[in-house]
Amino acid sequence: MVKMTDLPTKGGFSFDLCTRNQMLLDKGVQMPPFRKTGTTIVGLVFQDGVVLGADTRATEGPIVADKNCEKIHFMAPNIYCCGAGTAADTEAVTDMVSSQLQLHRYATGRESRVVTALTLLKSHLFSYQGHVSAALVLGGVDVTGPHLHTVYPHGSTDTLPFATMGSGSLAAMSVFESKYREGLTREEGIELVAEAICAGIFNDLGSGSNVDVCVITKGQTEYLRNYQLPNPRTYISSKGYSFVKGQTEVLSTKITPIQSKVQTVEGGDAMEE
Amino acid sequence: MSIFEYNGSALVAMVGKNCFAIASDRRLGVQLQTVATDFQRVFKIHDRLYIGLSGLATDAQTMYQKLVFRHKLYQLREERDMKPQTFASLVSALLYEKRFGPFFCQPVIAGLGDNDEPFICTMDCLGAKELAKDFVVSGTASESLYGACESMYKPDMEPEELFETISQALLSSVDRDCLSGWGGYVLLVTPTEVQEKILKGRMD
Repeated sequence: MVKMTDLPTKGGFSFDLCTRNQMLLDKGVQMPPFRKTGTTIVGLVFQDGVVLGADTRATEGPIVADKNCEKIHFMAPNIYCCGAGTAADTEAVTDMVSSQLQLHRYATGRESRVVTALTLLKSHLFSYQGHVSAALVLGGVDVTGPHLHTVYPHGSTDTLPFATMGSGSLAAMSVFESKYREGLTREEGIELVAEAICAGIFNDLGSGSNVDVCVITKGQTEYLRNYQLPNPRTYISSKGYSFVKGQTEVLSTKITPIQSKVQTVEGGDAMEE
Repeated sequence: MSIFEYNGSALVAMVGKNCFAIASDRRLGVQLQTVATDFQRVFKIHDRLYIGLSGLATDAQTMYQKLVFRHKLYQLREERDMKPQTFASLVSALLYEKRFGPFFCQPVIAGLGDNDEPFICTMDCLGAKELAKDFVVSGTASESLYGACESMYKPDMEPEELFETISQALLSSVDRDCLSGWGGYVLLVTPTEVQEKILKGRMD
C-alpha cells in the first residue's frame, strides 16, 4: 500500500517517536529537563469577585529561562487561569480550553461559566492520567457569582475561598491563613494577593521576579501585568560593553539584498457592461 | 549523558534597532569526537524569518524539513509569507504534538514582523514559548550564553554594534563549553539586506 504524504494531522497527540525515544532511554540517555514554571500561583474571593496572582519566573532545571513570563492565562473575558507545572502543558491546555469555551459561547450565545471551564480542564487532565503535568488555579465571575477552583494534574478539583499552588504554595498559604477573612474589599484583596506572591518569590527558589495580578468582577476584568517589581536589576555597569567595529575576526562575508515582493493590486479597471 | 549533549550546539539571537542577529557555532560531534566543523544550524524560512535548531542534529534537520513543508503549503494557500508570531505558534504546536515522545531540539526563532519590528523567541523541546525583548539562547553552551548576553546586551543597538556584541557573546561562551565552538556563523538581518558572516574562533 502506498504511504500517504505527511499531511497536517487533525490534532491530538502523535506517538510516532516513542519507540525511538524508548530505545535511547534503554541505551542510558537521560531525558532532557522540560521548562517548568516553578511558581507561586494564588487566588482569593473578595466581596465583589476574584483576585488571581502569580510570580513571573520560568525555570529549566536550576537555570532561570525567562525572568518575566506570563502565568495568568486568558480563558474567557470573565475567566482567567493561573498555571503551574510543565510550561508547555499549562499553555497548551489553557489555550485548548479557551478555544473550546469560545466555540461554546458561539453555540449557546451566553457568557461562559467557570464550572464549564473546570469540567473541560478536569476531564482532559484525567484522561491523560496525570501525564499532562498542569496544576491550575481557575477563577472567574459569571451569572452565578464569583468562583475559585484548583485543578490538579490527575484531574481532581477543589472549590475554595482562597487557594495556592506551585512550589511556593506553602509560603503563600501561610500568608493567606493568617490574614484572609471574608468580605475583603478590592484594595485589601489585591494587597493580600501581592503579599502572598512576594512570600513565594522571596522564600521559594522556584519562584521569583515580579508579581502579576488579575482582578475579575462582574462585567469587568483588570489584568495588572507586573503589578509589583520587587527585584530590579541593580548590577548593570553604567558604561556597558562597547566593542570596537572590526574587533571580531571574520573569515568570510556574504551580503544578500532583500528583494521586496511585488504587490498585486486588487480590483483594477471595472469590466465594461 | 543527556540527549542534548550528544551533538553539542550553541545558538543565540539578539534584537537591535529595526534589525536582529542570529548566531550559531559550527561544530557537529558524536559525543566527544568532532565530525564536522561547518555544520549548519540556522535555516532560512523566508527572507525575513530564520530558525536556529539546537539539540540532537537529526531531529533538528527533520524539524526544519517539516517546517519548510508547512510554510510552503501556507505560501500556496495564503499567497504571502508567514509572520514570525504565526510561525512561532506553528513550531510550538508541532513540538507539543509530540508531547510524550518529543523531538530533542530547542528552536530559536528570529524574524522581522510588521513595520520591521524584530521578533525573537525560543522554546523548550515541548514547545513552551518564551518571547523575549532582548535576547534568547539555546544549546549546550546556554548557561554561559545567558551570562555573556546579560552583561553585553544593550537595547537599540545599530547593526554593526549588534554584530560585534552577538559575536563576542557567542565566541566567549563557546570557549567555556567543550561540545560547541569550532568557529561561528552570524546572520544579521536588516529591512534592506541580509549579512552572513563566518567567524574565526578557537578550533578546540
